[in-house]
Amino acid sequence: MISADLNVILPEILLALFAILALLGAVYTNKDAAAGVMVWATAIVMALLAIWIGMTSGGTTRIAFNGLFIEDSFARFAKVTMLLSAAAVLAMSEAYMKKRGLLRFEYPVLIALSVVGMMMMVSAGDLMTLYMGLELQSLALYVVASLRRDSVKSTEAGLKYFVLGALSSGLLLYGVSLVYGYAGTTQFAGVMSLASEGPTSLGLLFGIVFVVSGLAFKVSAVPFHMWTPDVYEGAPTPVTAFFATAPKVAAMALFARVLHDAFGNAVADWSQIIALLSVLSMFLGAVAAIGQTNIKRLMAYSSIAHMGYALIGLAAGTELGVKSMLVYLAIYVTMNIGTFAFILGMEKDGQPVTDITALNMYSKRAPGKALAMLVLLFSLAGVPPMLGFFAKLGVWQAGVDAGLIWLVVASAVASAIGAYYYLRIVFLMYFGAEGDDRLDEGKSSLLSGVVVAAAVIMVVGIVNLFGVETAAISAAATLVN
Amino acid sequence: MIGIEHYLTVAATLFVIGIFGLFLNRKNIIIMLMSIELMLLAVNINFVAFSYYLGDLVGQVFTLFVLTVAAAEAAIGLAILVCFFRNRGTIAVEDVNVMKG
Repeated sequence: MISADLNVILPEILLALFAILALLGAVYTNKDAAAGVMVWATAIVMALLAIWIGMTSGGTTRIAFNGLFIEDSFARFAKVTMLLSAAAVLAMSEAYMKKRGLLRFEYPVLIALSVVGMMMMVSAGDLMTLYMGLELQSLALYVVASLRRDSVKSTEAGLKYFVLGALSSGLLLYGVSLVYGYAGTTQFAGVMSLASEGPTSLGLLFGIVFVVSGLAFKVSAVPFHMWTPDVYEGAPTPVTAFFATAPKVAAMALFARVLHDAFGNAVADWSQIIALLSVLSMFLGAVAAIGQTNIKRLMAYSSIAHMGYALIGLAAGTELGVKSMLVYLAIYVTMNIGTFAFILGMEKDGQPVTDITALNMYSKRAPGKALAMLVLLFSLAGVPPMLGFFAKLGVWQAGVDAGLIWLVVASAVASAIGAYYYLRIVFLMYFGAEGDDRLDEGKSSLLSGVVVAAAVIMVVGIVNLFGVETAAISAAATLVN
Repeated sequence: MIGIEHYLTVAATLFVIGIFGLFLNRKNIIIMLMSIELMLLAVNINFVAFSYYLGDLVGQVFTLFVLTVAAAEAAIGLAILVCFFRNRGTIAVEDVNVMKG
């Protein structure tokens, strides 16, 4: 019995063991000198695990530890996305961090542990697993945010992230305790069957509201977004790239998992809350980014807006909605990895630059990279025929299907406003003033390669989405039914 | 006779004090860490009270997990705070303002 259970969580165990052994190995040998190798080893282990998890597809659902842990195609979809994006970010960050003396052996270990936490989150079948996974992820992320120990900005980012993250965990936990008290169980299946018996009790409703607001913090939905711009700006750029990808996928997948598995019979109760979070996020993300000159801050507001669009799929409360949300997340992660590869390559005299005015007339100096960035920015803005547009189209369809016409119209308006700040970067790159604050030629072929590859995916992907859509359909089907 | 609602009231009060401590406190970040701890412990009271009321042990198991996580969280919070103090030379809340957000 126990060996069958352990078999189900084998990927998580392997990654956790790898992280612990790597930590021990690095402490007892040559510490930071081995960090470069460890970053690559972690990236390779994650990529291999992603391939392995992806291979064991099919529609099988395996439940371990009496329902504490669920391994179904929804979890697998999220896990593959998270592992691949984490591996890509690790591979991108090695050269950058080595150059700036930031490459510590804790970095890959902490990233690996936070990914273990995320894998737990998306497979949670019980409020207890949910909480432990969430905390494993968050505690590791607080530390990586303040990885640059000698910088005021980085430690301040870590401190802000810690205080607000702990507050959100507290809110979530209070909601969990109310759900436990009023449902009498912490298992999602038990909560679900109770909610189907009649109208949702007031205590359970309070519980749902607290859980939703705690999770909204983690996906940085308005009005729980305050930490995002500061943390994105203050954290070292590779860490920011990580924050913008894997944790967002994990938190959104967890959101969908809780709402559908535990509160699936109270869709009308939570759908309005999610719709409100969604519309606020889209507009704040679009409007507040307009005045930003720091590209990392700008990407923070961009990610707030994108989470708003993804939440439309969740607000729909249908199978189509979950499917469109998963496709949106996969596309969002690809766009963000490409964009952050570009940002990591922005430097002047060897120093990293984050001011967007440094991109003045960039197209003259590096036409290929500028063109790739143009494609990515168009895709982020949702300009057809890039993939980002089809991501938005998917959630809009789900929204219209569920009768949320006002939300879809609002999101179209918000995306028109939001297009301005993406297009401003394009304008600077192609028609800006010729200044003396020119960037260095990007020498890293890896980063340029990632930017170009992401851009190519944004164009070529419109043909068949590389099979992501079929995987998302089966994932959504297992979650909602 | 003390019933479940008394425990819930105490827990809710402590939780709200914790939240207010986080937001209204303008002095010291250590007080914020204390407020966070207060919130988590309020939740623990909730869990134990519900566990006893329902005659179900899961709530008490959950409490043990929460205690462990709270300890880890306090350790990480203090570590980040020490790093911040080394760079900034102060832990007053109003001085956490290098970035405006």
